[in-house]
Amino acid sequence: MASVKFLNITKKYGENVILNGIDSEINDHEFVVIVGPSGCGKTTLLRMLAGLEEITDGEIEIDKLVVNELPPSKREIAMVFQDYALYPHMTVRENMSFALKLRKMNKAEIEKRVSEAAQILQLTPLLERMPRQLSGGQRQRVAIGRAIVRKPKVFLFDEPLSNLDAKLREEMRIEIAKLYQNLNSTIVYVTHDQVEAMTLAGKIVVMNRGIIQQTGSPLDVYRKPKNVFVAGFIGSPTMNFFRGKLVKEKEEFYFLNESLKIFVPAYALPEAEKYVGREITLGARPDDILTGEKSVDHQHKVKGSIEVIELLGHRENIYIKAGENRILATVDAFSNYSPGSGIEFSLNYQNIHVFDTLTEQRINP
Amino acid sequence: MNKKNAPRTFLQFVMQVKKKYLKQILMHLLILAAVAVCVYPLIRILSVSIRPGDKIVSTDLSIIPQGASFLSYMKLLQDTNFLRWLWNSLLITLATSFIGVSLASTAAYAFSRFNFLGKKSGMVVLLSTQMIPAGMLILPLFLMIMKMNLMNTYLGIIIAYSVSSLPFSIWILKGYYDTIPKSLEEAAMVDGTGPIGAFYRIILPLSTPALSIAFLFNFTTAWNEYLVARVVLFSSKQYTWTLGLFELQGQFITQWGMFAAGSMLVTIPVLLVFLYSSKWLVSGLTLGSVKG
Repeated sequence: MASVKFLNITKKYGENVILNGIDSEINDHEFVVIVGPSGCGKTTLLRMLAGLEEITDGEIEIDKLVVNELPPSKREIAMVFQDYALYPHMTVRENMSFALKLRKMNKAEIEKRVSEAAQILQLTPLLERMPRQLSGGQRQRVAIGRAIVRKPKVFLFDEPLSNLDAKLREEMRIEIAKLYQNLNSTIVYVTHDQVEAMTLAGKIVVMNRGIIQQTGSPLDVYRKPKNVFVAGFIGSPTMNFFRGKLVKEKEEFYFLNESLKIFVPAYALPEAEKYVGREITLGARPDDILTGEKSVDHQHKVKGSIEVIELLGHRENIYIKAGENRILATVDAFSNYSPGSGIEFSLNYQNIHVFDTLTEQRINP
Repeated sequence: MNKKNAPRTFLQFVMQVKKKYLKQILMHLLILAAVAVCVYPLIRILSVSIRPGDKIVSTDLSIIPQGASFLSYMKLLQDTNFLRWLWNSLLITLATSFIGVSLASTAAYAFSRFNFLGKKSGMVVLLSTQMIPAGMLILPLFLMIMKMNLMNTYLGIIIAYSVSSLPFSIWILKGYYDTIPKSLEEAAMVDGTGPIGAFYRIILPLSTPALSIAFLFNFTTAWNEYLVARVVLFSSKQYTWTLGLFELQGQFITQWGMFAAGSMLVTIPVLLVFLYSSKWLVSGLTLGSVKG
């Protein structure tokens, strides 16, 4: 097991900058998920760590050793590819033992490791099959098995679940979480799916446009997103954003735009005085839009009308139109609202997010 | 057959069956005609090769003529250098095929996987060499081989042959490599091979269908080649069977019986190679490696 360090990593294709000064540290035994929209450079970063992509500038360290010039085979990493990349002309067993044979490991040890991994991944009955005879989920497990038997310093996962259907993806997610508990190894996992990121990660690295936007625990990133991008990317359904000005009326602060006036308590924005009159972006997760009895602040209710209601089962999505703003509130199911009728809501002030519209950076604690 | 289309009368039933099978019957007729065109000459040669000497030029069309015998075969094997020629051909052809396929497989890999200056134009140039008729290349080939002092040698003709079928093989193989996902090599490299190891352990075994097509092409062209051999080889001992058979064609008399017997014998190696390689020609070997 080992730590990984990115030092000012830059990647350019000609004039095209893919990664721009990535600095990050991954500790020993840490499960790090790099998450971001497609094209943000996360896979490129992973491939650079694997040695499959050249580094334009900067240094990558694995286990305190600079690996920039090392070929993939010498980096002691194992990678699970998005498309599995199983060797089609080899059986499951041969696929899993390929790397070990290359290292000239003795047969008994190979056999032991393969059967161990097969047992963990429930592949034992499939060992003599060819990849084409396996289902998608099974192939995925073989790909993971091929990585496990190596006992590498670092595991790399490149969007491993994106080719599976929703149900299988959920199952495999649990498998991977269990696997991590068993192996307790350093894992770098790339995905565009923020649910995977939230559920699997010990640490999330949110990337966009070749830059790290925020690094932190899933809870950190969810509760205190550093900027508008992270706030919008993490969390499902997406956060509501309101763009407007901060104003002061009778010693109280309000968010104001052409159709909305929302109370901003002083504890939610201690530095409010500084931002009076400036453009701010207010963010509130759908769960933090409180309606009906839950809406505690009767003094500062906001009015709107219901556009659409989506029943999810245990919850309900209510799309509220308030002037030009469309607001999503997620409430308990069977709330007895009906489309077209009026609704009043307030925000859960403890959990609101305030950003400077100009810099898009968070300004409340 | 669903209910809507169910036949109500016998006539309708017949019509339906007719419609269904008419296309198939027509197609089979076409295929049979093609087979006949291919096979008929072979049968005629076979029948000529087993005719007794006095009936060689008869107009008898029976496949097995009266008094059929293998005399022509015996004479061919005993009185001429035919076995030697066959051996020469086999040696040259096998060497050509192996050299040609190995060169092509690596060159095609470079064309398929790496970016380098002149990659596109290189492929076009390779293709354009195929547009020049073989006859035009005779003189330059002759000059080159003479300058290399390789006239009348196996090596000379092997070089000429293996180089001339390279473009075709490279195109075939490059096209096939392009269908193999790159992540397979990357997985192999992460697993511990170098780039060359990934090629030998992963790409080559997966390319057997394309490799066997290239091999067959090399084999049959070299086996049946006459023009270049005529120019490069000039002693009877070095002859390939194509040249050898023409030895039988004298100014005043051509030994058609032996000629036909030789023609029959030389089909055997090609037939064997075809039969053997047919099992490698199964496509879809890459199925199941990546998502699907």
